[in-house]
Amino acid sequence: MVAPADFVALSVILFVIGGVGVLVRRNAIVIFMCVELMLNAVNLAFVAFARLHGNLNGQVIAFFVMVVAAAEVVVGLAILTSIFRARRSASVDDANLLKY
Amino acid sequence: MSHQLVLADPAAQTTRIITFWVLAIIAVAAGLGMVLARRAVHCAVLLAVVMLSLSVLYAMLGAPFLAFVQVIVYTGAVLMLFLFVLMIVGISSADSVVETIRGQRLWAGLAGIGLLVLLSLIIGHAAIGPAAPPTAAFGSANLQGLATLIFTTYVFPFEVTSALLITAALGAMVLAHRERTSPKPTQRSLARQRVASGRPQPLPGPGTYAQHNAVDMPALLPDGTASPLSVSPVITQRRVLTGGPAGTVPAALTGGEDGESGEHDGQQPAPATVPAGPDAGQPTRRHDGSPG
Repeated sequence: MVAPADFVALSVILFVIGGVGVLVRRNAIVIFMCVELMLNAVNLAFVAFARLHGNLNGQVIAFFVMVVAAAEVVVGLAILTSIFRARRSASVDDANLLKY
Repeated sequence: MSHQLVLADPAAQTTRIITFWVLAIIAVAAGLGMVLARRAVHCAVLLAVVMLSLSVLYAMLGAPFLAFVQVIVYTGAVLMLFLFVLMIVGISSADSVVETIRGQRLWAGLAGIGLLVLLSLIIGHAAIGPAAPPTAAFGSANLQGLATLIFTTYVFPFEVTSALLITAALGAMVLAHRERTSPKPTQRSLARQRVASGRPQPLPGPGTYAQHNAVDMPALLPDGTASPLSVSPVITQRRVLTGGPAGTVPAALTGGEDGESGEHDGQQPAPATVPAGPDAGQPTRRHDGSPG
């Protein structure tokens, strides 16, 4: 039997990978994808905990996370396209008007 | 699903264990590849691999509805939206490998290792026990159970979600909307521009050889030199990025004759510039040869 702890460990690893990706990458779209990876990792933990406790609350929370992530992606990608239109670049280093 | 969960068959258990480890290794490898891949498109494809393996893991955990939602909504809609935006925002742009902050990767790696250690210690201390005995809610009655919870306990968050979705749709429309600041170019103004630009004729087509007619082969000018105008700037840029020959032709095709080429070189723009958008108000190249 695969224990729920194994799923939670996998979710931790994926979460850390996504976090490192957010810190390392500089293409804004790739950073966004890494955020999605982190959200997916958390979803996996929620589903595993739902299985652990034997009720469906975790699955409902994971469902809401998916809905919110979809809305967030729509707005975030719209912001990215408008920034790209103004600056011709998707790198987060180039959007530094508010830096100083 | 429920009959599989209550099954104490050792063969089924072995199958589950093998499935979990194979999928876990695939997911972690694809996640690492996503962080390491330089091109954004490769990142998107690897993220799709991670999401598909997670959906199978959801099914293993007794969440068939979430497994399908993961495939349909996440992999099917969200990731395809990412790919659409990638097509708009520079498909040819690879991430730069130059560090703008000194030691950024080192410190990011250290922070990642620290976070991994921290979370592992937390999980180790949490003493996560075995799963609860499976019920019908994790199998055939999964959808009914979720619906009951969403429309009773979580009905208020569910309603708030609708407001969130409407706000997101409106926000995306407002953000992606663009006011036209210059008058729309008419056919008359485009024709005038074309004549005034000194090049009224259409640009040469690519690949005018008997041996190669691919779009990435530049046309040969009468003096034997290759014409960069005949190849799309995007292709030239891609060649620069991938390290291939940029706008050159094989020596066997040029004939090796040193003709007078100064007449054409003066008119040729630098091929590696960022391709101007269709609204840039300057004569852009047209491959279909239409007068525009």
